[in-house]
Amino acid sequence: MLSKRVIACLDVRDGKLAKSIKFVNTKDIGDPVEKAREYYLEGLDELVFYDITASSDKRNIMLDVVEAVAKQVFIPLSVGGGIRSVQDATDLRLAGAEKINVNTAAVQNPELISDCAGAIGNQNVVLSMDILRVTPSDAIPCGYEIVIHGGRTRTGKDALAWAITGEELGAGELVVNSIDADGTLDGYELILTRMLSDAVRIPVIASGGAGKPHHLRDVLVEGKADAALVASMVHYGTHTIGELKNYLHAEGVKVRMSW
Amino acid sequence: MERVVIIDYDAGNLRSVQRACMEVGGEATISNDPSQISKAGRIIFPGVGAAGSAMRSIKKYGIDEILLECFDQGVPILGICMGMQISLSHSEEDDQRTIGIIDGEVRRFNVRNEDLKIPHMGWNEVKVVKSHPILSDITAGDEFYFVHAYYPIPRDSEHVFGVAKYESDFCCALGKANFFGTQFHPEKSGRIGLRLLSNFLKWDGRIAQ
Repeated sequence: MLSKRVIACLDVRDGKLAKSIKFVNTKDIGDPVEKAREYYLEGLDELVFYDITASSDKRNIMLDVVEAVAKQVFIPLSVGGGIRSVQDATDLRLAGAEKINVNTAAVQNPELISDCAGAIGNQNVVLSMDILRVTPSDAIPCGYEIVIHGGRTRTGKDALAWAITGEELGAGELVVNSIDADGTLDGYELILTRMLSDAVRIPVIASGGAGKPHHLRDVLVEGKADAALVASMVHYGTHTIGELKNYLHAEGVKVRMSW
Repeated sequence: MERVVIIDYDAGNLRSVQRACMEVGGEATISNDPSQISKAGRIIFPGVGAAGSAMRSIKKYGIDEILLECFDQGVPILGICMGMQISLSHSEEDDQRTIGIIDGEVRRFNVRNEDLKIPHMGWNEVKVVKSHPILSDITAGDEFYFVHAYYPIPRDSEHVFGVAKYESDFCCALGKANFFGTQFHPEKSGRIGLRLLSNFLKWDGRIAQ
């Protein structure tokens, strides 16, 4: 049967790992290629690069990073951050990215999802959603709101409705990133993840809140996620990818154990 | 040096296949030129997308005939994902007649369990049901990366070499003489995937060792 995936997310700014990530071994700071290779050899199932480069004139640096990683890492590679057009998506694909994550630009222009799906295939278009818990209302009946611009702008859009629209427009996968859980290391938002996973027939990647190995088990089993995204808990050196997979395996979660 | 050609028919990004070949010491050229393809010592036939548009591009470039000729001449051919699917004779997707190196049908997953998502995307174990030089390094528990909603059903089970399970078993590795095909993506399947590609680059095109 299909294995549940462990996915690591690396934030990249101007071609370097974002400084907000404090690695135990400080000499590792800055090289996304080296880090990607390390995780790959530890049994990572998929890798996401999130481009947080602010200035558009430095955006091409990301293509070089993707290209360098793609020469050394032979697992699916996904890239997000600032993708606004089919051209952005195809450029990244040529550089070696398998999947393209769209977020803010897709909320502003939902056709971006169908356009990208047409150009690079549904299975390679990932709709990434940043989601905030709110009091349910007529506009937001599910009690979860879509926010954009990296969490700064509320949209008044219902997360459940947007997930279903995204699937209809041709997204091949959803990233469910809980702003409430993000950075807490207290665990994923299980209720939200399960609600969205039950609502769509495309795979769901849970994101935000992972701090302990059991958080991954919880979201993959109770949250019904198909994949769990990790960041700080492995970047800080608290846990390794291999350790997480061994733990999940021992807990009876089907994960890839041979690499 | 032997020419390895990766066939380009506008069906997705082929550079990941090229990079993976390079990693295992193979030089591969990407081409849609029939004269280049017909001179190849070895062919990789990848691809993603839908069967209908894939066949249109293949006919546009005249690749279907070249591929059948190369197959008849004994050139080792590896079909990956859509490249493998259109090597069968018919696809339910777009009700498309396909190349027909192997007699059989490509069908859409029809899973009853609603928790099983379509496409079948991610890592799954490949079980070798019949030995083949290309699969010789696979051991129990080895997993490969899949992304697909359709799967192949060769008419003759003699052509089935590997299966994976998604609710029920489906064929994910098939072969006939000097043609071999995988539903999974060896170029995205870590070190075991690279071993499979390396085995293909060394393969003499014969099934019996």
